[in-house]
Amino acid sequence: MNAGQSRYGYVFVSGYTLLLLAFGLLPTLYALYLSFTRNGAFVGFDNFVKVFGDYRFLPAVMHVALYVLFWLVSLIVLVVVLAIVVHGIRVRWLGNTARFLFYIPGAIAGASSVLLWLFVLDPSVSPVSALLHAMGYESLVNVVAVGNLPVVFTIIAFWAGAGSWIVIMYGALNNIPVEVMEAARIDGAGPVQTAWHIQLPMLTKWISYMGVMSLAAGTQLFVEPKILAQATKNIVPEDYSLNQLAYLYAFRQNDFSGSAAISVLLLVVALGLSAIFIFRGKLFERD
Amino acid sequence: MTDLTTRTIVTNGARPRRERTALTPGQWIGRAVVVLVLLVFTAFFILPIVWLVLAPTKTNNQLLLDGPFSFGSFDQLAANWNELFAFGSGVFTTWMGNSAFYSFAALAITLIVSIPAGYALALIEFKGRRLLLVTTLIVMLIPNTALVLPIFLELSAMRLIGNPLAVILPFSFFPFGVYLTYIYFSTAVSRDLLNAARIDGAGEVRVFAQVAMPLATPVIALVGFFSFVANWNNYFLPFLVVGGTKIPVQVGLANLLANVPAFNPTTASSIVIQLPTLALATLISVAPILLIFLFAQRFLVEGMTAGGTKE
Repeated sequence: MNAGQSRYGYVFVSGYTLLLLAFGLLPTLYALYLSFTRNGAFVGFDNFVKVFGDYRFLPAVMHVALYVLFWLVSLIVLVVVLAIVVHGIRVRWLGNTARFLFYIPGAIAGASSVLLWLFVLDPSVSPVSALLHAMGYESLVNVVAVGNLPVVFTIIAFWAGAGSWIVIMYGALNNIPVEVMEAARIDGAGPVQTAWHIQLPMLTKWISYMGVMSLAAGTQLFVEPKILAQATKNIVPEDYSLNQLAYLYAFRQNDFSGSAAISVLLLVVALGLSAIFIFRGKLFERD
Repeated sequence: MTDLTTRTIVTNGARPRRERTALTPGQWIGRAVVVLVLLVFTAFFILPIVWLVLAPTKTNNQLLLDGPFSFGSFDQLAANWNELFAFGSGVFTTWMGNSAFYSFAALAITLIVSIPAGYALALIEFKGRRLLLVTTLIVMLIPNTALVLPIFLELSAMRLIGNPLAVILPFSFFPFGVYLTYIYFSTAVSRDLLNAARIDGAGEVRVFAQVAMPLATPVIALVGFFSFVANWNNYFLPFLVVGGTKIPVQVGLANLLANVPAFNPTTASSIVIQLPTLALATLISVAPILLIFLFAQRFLVEGMTAGGTKE
């Protein structure tokens, strides 16, 4: 280590480190502080106890858990299947086109994708209105009934997010040596056996990456129920997800401590997942 | 694919044989299932976008009554366009402008702080480097929404709510960009090259500016792509920290929804937005990202797989 060089090291990382402190560490510490205090006085776990006791808390946890479950299962199964199927296409332009078409919805994120899906799920204007009518839905309000929401949010999230994962899995499949695939075929393995015994094991690292990232993101559910609540005049409840509840605490009840308590809970989940992944997994290890 | 190309060469340009041999019934069914799966999912991913492109060409009645994939007319598209941009004395233009301002300002700061940081993490030894790197990785993997409410509470304590900086500064904190730069410099630029410049008497700033920076164009583009897309699409943070005429288009879209009688029959506002106009607003709000995506598929894959380059 060279003292002169090392000094410049600090200069080069200084701007980023400031932002990291200001918008990574400081808000986390401040949220921790707020969650353990009320009006400046230390109150131990009181804020957490209050939030846990809120009649809206448990339903919100269940809503988010159910959505995350649906979302993870469908993501893992369908992304792997689609990646293997697309990888199996032997006509080059066809495979490229399929991947491209799958990933393009990724451009439409956030509020825009929810708005688009409002149209798609509204039987009066939907491009698949025949399908919705056949399933017995006459209006948007029927479609987004609370019981349907985990599936609705799964579809929206899958539509926007699956494509880029398919592209990534496809890339991982390309890394399997041609000789290995060839050997499997000569040994008489069909496409299903090859997928199960050779391709799937090669993908596990990426599947776990996708799983952890999606699990963490899923617990954060906010914009989808927020906009659906707005569009349906609160038939979709405005306290459907945990982040919405934290939002209501801060903005409706002016209870920043309660809001911080929920944020801290969600942050602990996200940090835990991310830390486990970095310290146990090998994906991001470089030195 | 490789299989197909080699075979084509071996058979001297003749049709590859393997594709033509008779299929067993099992293989037939397998193929049919594969084709069906591909068709269903292609439709699922693409039809909503096709619908969105066609909807703004129709009147409200056409949207409700005509086939979902019919084309209205260019005149109607112009009429919807005018209705959208006339809404609230042109507030949609303001929203798009805000989005562009926030996204580009944050992108500029992100690049200015991330590129040197990633470079130093990859190629300079200093105390605390490992700690900074691990922290960056952990923060990078937590979803950005996880910090939004804490950041709001912090900014509110600092009395920055409503200030454009309340959007731009948190957007500029982009650990993923630092990580991408770090990966790039640690694989694409060798320490020997930098040391050679140092022996020739170049100072650290010159080594960075004249040796490393000229090699950094690909990673600058990559970080820029991801940062811009993330900033433009962000809804939660600006929704909390700015209001009034300062909101970006993502937040504005949701406000438009409140003026659509089809979704809000009891809407109080006298100025209403028709469904085709809302569809047009949705389309325009995503158009910049859609265009970037059309031309940057390579970036997307490179960035998202950057972690897996080393086995």
